[in-house]
Amino acid sequence: MEYKDYYKIMGVARDASQDDLKRAYRKLARKYHPDVSKEPQAEARFKELGEAYEVLKDPEKRVAYDQLGTNWKANQEFRPPPGWNAGFEFSQQGFTGGDASQFSDFFESLFGRGFHSQDNRSGSAPGAGRSPSHHAPGEDHYAKVMIDLEDSYTGATRTISLQVPEVDGQGRVSTREHKLNVVIPSGIRPKQYIRLAGQGALGQGQGKRGDLYLEVEFRPHPYYRVEDNDVYLDLPVAPWETALGATVKVPTPGGTIELKIPPGSATGSKLRLKGRGIPGKTPGDFYVVLRIVSPPATDETARSFYRNMAEQFKSFNPRAKLGVPP
Amino acid sequence: MMEENRGPDIRPGRLPEAQAELSAIVIDEQNALTLSELSRACAVQTGYIIELVDEGLLTPEAAEEHEPQRWRFTGTQMRRARVALRLQHDLGVNLAGVALALQLLDEVEMLRTRLDTERG
Repeated sequence: MEYKDYYKIMGVARDASQDDLKRAYRKLARKYHPDVSKEPQAEARFKELGEAYEVLKDPEKRVAYDQLGTNWKANQEFRPPPGWNAGFEFSQQGFTGGDASQFSDFFESLFGRGFHSQDNRSGSAPGAGRSPSHHAPGEDHYAKVMIDLEDSYTGATRTISLQVPEVDGQGRVSTREHKLNVVIPSGIRPKQYIRLAGQGALGQGQGKRGDLYLEVEFRPHPYYRVEDNDVYLDLPVAPWETALGATVKVPTPGGTIELKIPPGSATGSKLRLKGRGIPGKTPGDFYVVLRIVSPPATDETARSFYRNMAEQFKSFNPRAKLGVPP
Repeated sequence: MMEENRGPDIRPGRLPEAQAELSAIVIDEQNALTLSELSRACAVQTGYIIELVDEGLLTPEAAEEHEPQRWRFTGTQMRRARVALRLQHDLGVNLAGVALALQLLDEVEMLRTRLDTERG
């Protein structure tokens, strides 16, 4: 297990005040919050930060952590010294917040002993707090599934690996890996949820099992973009295709189609193919946005052709709107 | 705790037992969640979800009805509720701040996808 330098993670000095810690935490939390951040490794950084703050904001845990001394280096192989926390009494049972199950082995070895069964998750959310009863339904669980845009046209199957809790004769709970084949129906849109009834946490007593929700995300596509159930494609076209009109082959997630480009189309023109977006009861539309691409002038024939064009279009001022003389 | 096993790489021989029959339901307009279902899915009390609706942060189907029991929430709304919860919990933002953050995040995301495809 590796030593974690919580002060370094939070970017504060070892003698930082509680106010300093809170400020540093908030600032970094906004930067790395997975819902907000596009920083690489945001999720890992955010977890690490939550763990560091969890320890340093709690005076008892902080004193205990400081007790390890300053000779440890971040990522150094670590084993807690025998009896390292003798004489400390942790007034709070278990973790005070955050998602404890996400914390590192390092944290676990220092502060986790005996607290494994504590579940603080539901208690830490604002507005949370189901009263404990003998027959409580199990928590709902979440997992993410990545699919490709094409899958939303055809439907797809994904195998999901889950840890399923099991109760034995003595009432002990253990977990077992369980794989589920999930059929993702066509017409699915990004950020939708699929509910698998009864695949969440075990209920207490007679309480029924929670549900499992799969959050569907689309892998970024190299050339399509999705807005709600509409799909957009930037289509490169030659200048003569827009000027004279043409029928060109266009890829769509549902297969190649022939598209008629009306003569006199401008770059940026949007052509709509009704109902060719993500399928459904009200299917989305497929939009083609024209982008004019000129052939390169790499040889003398091409260059002389461009010179002819310049001659032909002498009065054409592409910068007319910019208010500069030709 | 859970991880996705990418790709349609399904080898029945490795599965420990026969596949359970799963009723997979997409939480869309036809299968939207009720107020109590959404509250349960977010592990919050219904009052919290009502606050989110009052703040204009969530827009349920049938929002014009003043009877919260008739509201229905699609997956998009469910996701917003979950992000709101996390932002409130992790960043200490109040509801108005969360509403603003969500609106800006939507805009950023739309602009970012446009940028990506235009560059590509």
